[in-house]
Amino acid sequence: MNPPAIEVSHLVKRYNGLTAVDDLSFDVQPGELFGFLGPNGAGKTTTIHILCTLLAPSSGSASVAGFDCLNQPRQVRQSLGIIFQDPSLDERLTAWENLEFHGMIYHMPKLLRRERMEAVLDLVDLGERRHSIVRTYSGGMKRRLEVARGLMHQPRVLFLDEPTIGLDPQTRRRIWDLFKQLRAQLGMTLFLTTHSMEEASQCGRVAIIDRGELLALDSPQALVAAHRAENLEKVFLTLTGHGLRDEEVSGPERMRDQVRRLKRWR
Amino acid sequence: MIDYSALLMIWRRDMIRLSRDRAQIAGSLARPILWLLVLGFGLGSAFPGFHGIPYISYLFPGIIAMNLLFASFLSAISIIWDREFGFLKEMLVAPISRISIAVGKAASGATVSFLQGCLVLAFIPLVGVSIGPWRLLAGLPVMLLIAFAMTSLGLLVASRMSSFEGFGTIANFVIMPMFFLSGAVFPLATAPRALQMVGLINPLSYGVDLLRWLFLGVRQFPLMLDFSVLLLFTAAAVGGAVWAFCRRL
Ligand SMILES: Nc1ncnc2c1ncn2[C@@H]1O[C@H](COP(=O)(O)OP(=O)(O)OP(=O)(O)O)[C@@H](O)[C@H]1O
Ligand SMILES: [Mg+2]
Repeated sequence: MNPPAIEVSHLVKRYNGLTAVDDLSFDVQPGELFGFLGPNGAGKTTTIHILCTLLAPSSGSASVAGFDCLNQPRQVRQSLGIIFQDPSLDERLTAWENLEFHGMIYHMPKLLRRERMEAVLDLVDLGERRHSIVRTYSGGMKRRLEVARGLMHQPRVLFLDEPTIGLDPQTRRRIWDLFKQLRAQLGMTLFLTTHSMEEASQCGRVAIIDRGELLALDSPQALVAAHRAENLEKVFLTLTGHGLRDEEVSGPERMRDQVRRLKRWR
Repeated sequence: MIDYSALLMIWRRDMIRLSRDRAQIAGSLARPILWLLVLGFGLGSAFPGFHGIPYISYLFPGIIAMNLLFASFLSAISIIWDREFGFLKEMLVAPISRISIAVGKAASGATVSFLQGCLVLAFIPLVGVSIGPWRLLAGLPVMLLIAFAMTSLGLLVASRMSSFEGFGTIANFVIMPMFFLSGAVFPLATAPRALQMVGLINPLSYGVDLLRWLFLGVRQFPLMLDFSVLLLFTAAAVGGAVWAFCRRL
């Protein structure tokens, strides 16, 4: 049998006193579209960075494509691709140069590299702006380029840390179609975080974490049924509470919270 | 262990960035002009110079070394910007060794610095130095070696810094002392003993000495010593930077 695409076992990450990831364990099977959900500061990005060998865990273990993240970082890096939550483009270069350099450090032969560069640029509709300096792009265009770059080398396991943040509905839809296509055609494993419950509902399975701990893990349908909820968002709020996390909260969520606080006062 | 496509990528990236950075190019021209004017002409007209050489000529090899020193540190420290702006993450998750990243940065930084050192050569006709074509040609690899040594040191400093605390701090505590106590502006041989000692442990002293010998025919250390110190220092600094870099992950 194939090893799991991602294996996390009793993973702990502490940042001087703060426990960002707390005894987390789960597996992701090859070819899965796996949603990793949780409120702001839940520990999603931290977990992804450990899996991508950017951070060392405090204890516990993690592996990607059967390789240990701590002891076989090179093999792990060979197997993965990532679209970071935070910007990671060189904004003084053009889109074309950013993609070209990505292809070079992933050892793609020149012909294949050029072919894929054309393909991904088309995909995110940046073909005409390929020779503009990235600094002159809009926020969404930069995001599209990050997505395009992450897909370029077609890794076995792709991490997507809020990939569709800041994108318009058209691009979102197109990118989601693409995710599904990559999974169906190449058997790629997709590990995705998102705050959109609509997107999360399209995942095969979702894990919900909070304060670094795993709260639930199942298919969206099974979670909704088990909690006798209307939808995944209700499940999410039941499990993680209605309180606010950090500053990054959407308008409606803040409204709901304020309404609830007013009710409490009455 | 060393990954050539990664080296090439890092090198090409820094060349492109330099070609688009007008401010850096302007700075690398303005710096030697300022120092040659102020020290060379200003100070130089007040006293005759050393070893029977007019002061501005004596100073000139030191100014080349200074431009190499500044440019090396500026480009080495760009790795901190890469961390701040996120591009370092893109390199760190790629299947390339940490060693390739550190060596690539050293190579590209040294090239950028070498080019800025070459700009100073344009002032040769103004400073009363008459140098034959062979000696000038021999000066180029020496400049490259100094650029490599100083960039490696810059990388070592940068890899110890967690965030960008300001170029001023580094300039005050590393660059300026290294420049002034390298024999670039005054001979170490006649300086007070304490300063001489500092000069002796300063790797830049040996680079300045080599350049001065090529440009003016005077030197203070044996040639073999100059070369050995520069080579060993470069190797040690690159090694140190790689080590610091791998440990940080
Ligand atoms: N470098 C760091 N140093 C100290 N604490 C950190 C660091 N990075 C993250 N943390 C803390 O770890 C916790 C988890 O952060 P993480 O970025 O993993 O959250 P997240 O689930 O990705 O949140 P979001 O949805 O906002 O992206 C937070 O409390 C955060 O403050
Ligand atoms: Mg995050």
